[in-house]
Amino acid sequence: MSSVSLLILGDGRFPSGGHAHSGGAEAAIAAGRVHDTATLEDFCRGRLATTGLVAASLAAAAATGYDPLLLDAAADARTPSPALRRVARKLGRQLMRAVRTTWPDPELDRLAAALPAGAHQPIVMGLAARAAGLTPHDAARAAAYDSVSGPVTAAIRLLGLDPFEATAVTARLTGDMENVAGEAAGHAARLPADGVDALPAASAPLLDITAEQHAAWPVRLFAS
Amino acid sequence: MHLHHTDPALTDIIPPTAPRPGGRSGPLRIGLGGPVGAGKTATVAALCRRLRDTLSIAVVTNDIYTREDAEALLRQAVLPPERITAVETGACPHTAIRDDISANLEAVEDLQERIGDLDLVLIESGGDNLTATFSKGLIDHQIFLIDVAGGDDIPRKGGPGVTTADLLVINKTDLAPHVGADLSAMERDARAARGSLPVVLTCLKDQHGIEPVADWVCRRLADLTAARS
Ligand SMILES: Nc1nc2c(ncn2[C@@H]2O[C@H](COP(=O)(O)OP(=O)(O)O)[C@@H](O)[C@H]2O)c(=O)[nH]1
Ligand SMILES: [Mg+2]
Repeated sequence: MSSVSLLILGDGRFPSGGHAHSGGAEAAIAAGRVHDTATLEDFCRGRLATTGLVAASLAAAAATGYDPLLLDAAADARTPSPALRRVARKLGRQLMRAVRTTWPDPELDRLAAALPAGAHQPIVMGLAARAAGLTPHDAARAAAYDSVSGPVTAAIRLLGLDPFEATAVTARLTGDMENVAGEAAGHAARLPADGVDALPAASAPLLDITAEQHAAWPVRLFAS
Repeated sequence: MHLHHTDPALTDIIPPTAPRPGGRSGPLRIGLGGPVGAGKTATVAALCRRLRDTLSIAVVTNDIYTREDAEALLRQAVLPPERITAVETGACPHTAIRDDISANLEAVEDLQERIGDLDLVLIESGGDNLTATFSKGLIDHQIFLIDVAGGDDIPRKGGPGVTTADLLVINKTDLAPHVGADLSAMERDARAARGSLPVVLTCLKDQHGIEPVADWVCRRLADLTAARS
């Protein structure tokens, strides 16, 4: 296992389709809720503590080798917005395509065959981490980072934020991301005893509502 | 000046098709890039009209922030709706065709699944700058379009699109007198920048304006068929 693999997986330039998604930032920016680095930081902290924690837990769970189909159903149950379920599967399918070439692995092939329309993205991320020889805790780190880096990159493009200031937002959330990853790994460790009920079901209702609205916008820069 | 026609000698100097990366199967994939307004959508529409009776065609569009291009194609009814897919690019059209081709690959695969027997997939990039080129992981050949009204110095300025695309199209020759563009200088500069790679001049306002591009596409399809047999 190599920490470099974690850098590869977490790299914003990893070619898995994420660049076209804002993680809810486009809707929040249009509503005026996110308009500078301070409000971006609030937004990211909230997202990380809710859907970020769920994603990190699913990724850690998949990285333990737990049945990805059960996890996928658990992810559905934890994603109330149909638009966000579609996005999660789309991104999962795109990530799957990238990681099957990057870290070929029969477990990835089996999941791709079982869910050709895509598994939820954090589950694919967890399996990718496993294929890359990373731990469940690292898979959770990658998912936590992903839940912050997407909105930050989108805000740089949409608001023309100073990229250094925006990156400092990500850096200031390092401790929060570590905490979320640790908590997620803890939840995943209880899977053998409690099944998918071990996984958290935190949600951010406003993200769900605005995701539905955003999906219906006729003109937008990001797919979600 | 033979502005609207392919130079007959051109056929001989078009280099042979490169082998398909990874021996990919499925339809021929052609990417169309170039600045906003150069005539990419018009070219796609004209190609579809010209070739749809003999070939099974699908189109992927990459609008920057709307479904405008896909809707224009639907409005013109150049293909049935199930053969046209729009991809969203997150404000970065060149990323979606070069650095991270995930969404476009997915669109192509969905079309292949839905339609089955495709011969040709045309992928129109969101209008971008002169450096935008397609990844070989996404397309087999790329066409770069510029237009006469965009400035007759563009072929001289070069950039990867102008210098390396498999076909360079200089469109809107009809506008040359109106914008004071020197067509022969454009063609000469383009040929100088491209070595043996082909250049065609088109006027899509003419009824048969698409012919040089359609010919080129048909030759690429013939190459592929020959390579597979
Ligand atoms: N005069 C003239 N207009 C053209 C020609 N080709 C395309 N156009 C027009 O140029 C505009 C932009 O074309 P479009 O295909 O949408 O460009 P795209 O942004 O590259 O897709 C449209 O209004 C077309 O009708 C041409 O050969 N001559
Ligand atoms: Mg267009």
